[in-house]
Amino acid sequence: MIGRDLLGIEDLERDDIVRILDTAARMREIGAREVKKVPTLRGHTLVNLFFEPSTRTLSSFEIAGKRLSADVVNFSPSRSSLSKSESILDTAQTLDAMDPDCVIVRHKVAGVPKRIADVLDAPVVNAGDGAHEHPTQALLDMLTVYQEKGRLDGLCVAIVGDIGHSRVARSNIYGFTRMGAEVRVTGPPTMLPPTIETLGVKPCSSLREAIDGADVVMMLRIQRERVEGALFPSIREYSATFGLDRAKLRYAKDDAIVMHPGPVNRGVELSHDLVDHSPSVILDQVRNGVALRMAVLYLISGRASGTRASRALTPGGA
Amino acid sequence: MALGPSATADESAPVDERVVLDDVGIRRALMRIAHEIVERNEDLSDLYLVAIPNGGVPLARQLSRNLREIAGAEPALGILDTTLYRDDLSSSGSRPVLRETEMPSSVDDKVVVLVEDVVNTGRTIRAAMDALMDFGRPRSVQVVALVDRGHRELPIRIDFAGKNIPTQADEKVRLVAEESGEGPMRAVVCRQEGRGGRA
Repeated sequence: MIGRDLLGIEDLERDDIVRILDTAARMREIGAREVKKVPTLRGHTLVNLFFEPSTRTLSSFEIAGKRLSADVVNFSPSRSSLSKSESILDTAQTLDAMDPDCVIVRHKVAGVPKRIADVLDAPVVNAGDGAHEHPTQALLDMLTVYQEKGRLDGLCVAIVGDIGHSRVARSNIYGFTRMGAEVRVTGPPTMLPPTIETLGVKPCSSLREAIDGADVVMMLRIQRERVEGALFPSIREYSATFGLDRAKLRYAKDDAIVMHPGPVNRGVELSHDLVDHSPSVILDQVRNGVALRMAVLYLISGRASGTRASRALTPGGA
Repeated sequence: MALGPSATADESAPVDERVVLDDVGIRRALMRIAHEIVERNEDLSDLYLVAIPNGGVPLARQLSRNLREIAGAEPALGILDTTLYRDDLSSSGSRPVLRETEMPSSVDDKVVVLVEDVVNTGRTIRAAMDALMDFGRPRSVQVVALVDRGHRELPIRIDFAGKNIPTQADEKVRLVAEESGEGPMRAVVCRQEGRGGRA
């Protein structure tokens, strides 16, 4: 069963993933209600500790926490004493002394959520660390695929883009392979690490080869500010070689779906038409993101209390 | 929904179980309860059956068929999971599995009849009433329990009981039935190891 923290998909067994996805599928109904709130985490404090700017993931965790009635505090470095050179662990410990029940961490350096989890009483959820993992994104992607296809086992999933620098790709590779899907990856050679095969995926040299007969085509966001000129010659060339439009999508299965973790560079990874219309499921991914994060917060909350010394003083908490 | 085998582990092997209500007994009770519901409520057009999963679902489906048969009523039928409203979630431990919720319409101004298989402490009914209020403001709420065990811990009353069955706190009573309520049903009591029942 899911442990105290959620730091990466690599740590999860198949049964953990099934439990999280089943729970998330139930949580989806709450988002369709007129009163989109249940009292489950009343009195719990959830801290979003985001060292790296984020709008989508942060809002998604915030809404998920609020729908479960938790108090949500967003803590981002620009507004805090981080600029006064307090160390990350000092900041985390200061927050911990305020007794949060769960801390969500995003940082540009891989491994920071783990380091923080090691010193905190509260359970930690990794909301993205460097090029390492982004577990809730992969889980919401699996939920979306399951919703569309009715299964994960035996599907063919193609992941396209900057595989080497993408935590989304890495977490999805762990997740989909563990659930029995075949995963293929492709991108410019500079973005395909030679060791990628050790993760149990098939590297492909062209977009066509990767998506041939695929059930799911997952396009990754290109960080143009970070890599243009360094890892590939130009945005235009990238788009021509690894961008997806309706004509190229013909190589995939007839009922293939197209995914993107967002935000999309329109006309680069995906043609405008594919961003907005079926078979892309980008907005379903966003919707499922809230339900999935509700599920994670719910399941993790059971692990939280009890481990804390302060809880022993709480009356009635048998 | 079942992605895998983890979803309903409820049907685990029984240890020393004894039938307290067989199919005939359950169907007879549900027919009597349907008559009582008709008797109690002059206007059946606002009736809304709300089943508490898992046990309440087959019972509510059968009740709905009975109400149609004896009074021509077509009550709305919803399913309401109470797990996220439980009063014991603040303690640590593994989180209970969520069950289906499907409320086809608002309960505003409806006469809601909550349908549960076994009522004991009354805590699930308390949770169900809280959950219900998130779907509107019912005109009234009534409670059907196939089995009333009677160890109430909250001021909760059963309006329509199938059978009062005195039990020990460490026993567990459960309904074995298909979700449709069409196959044979039975209520069984079995001894539970470790903890007291909380139906």
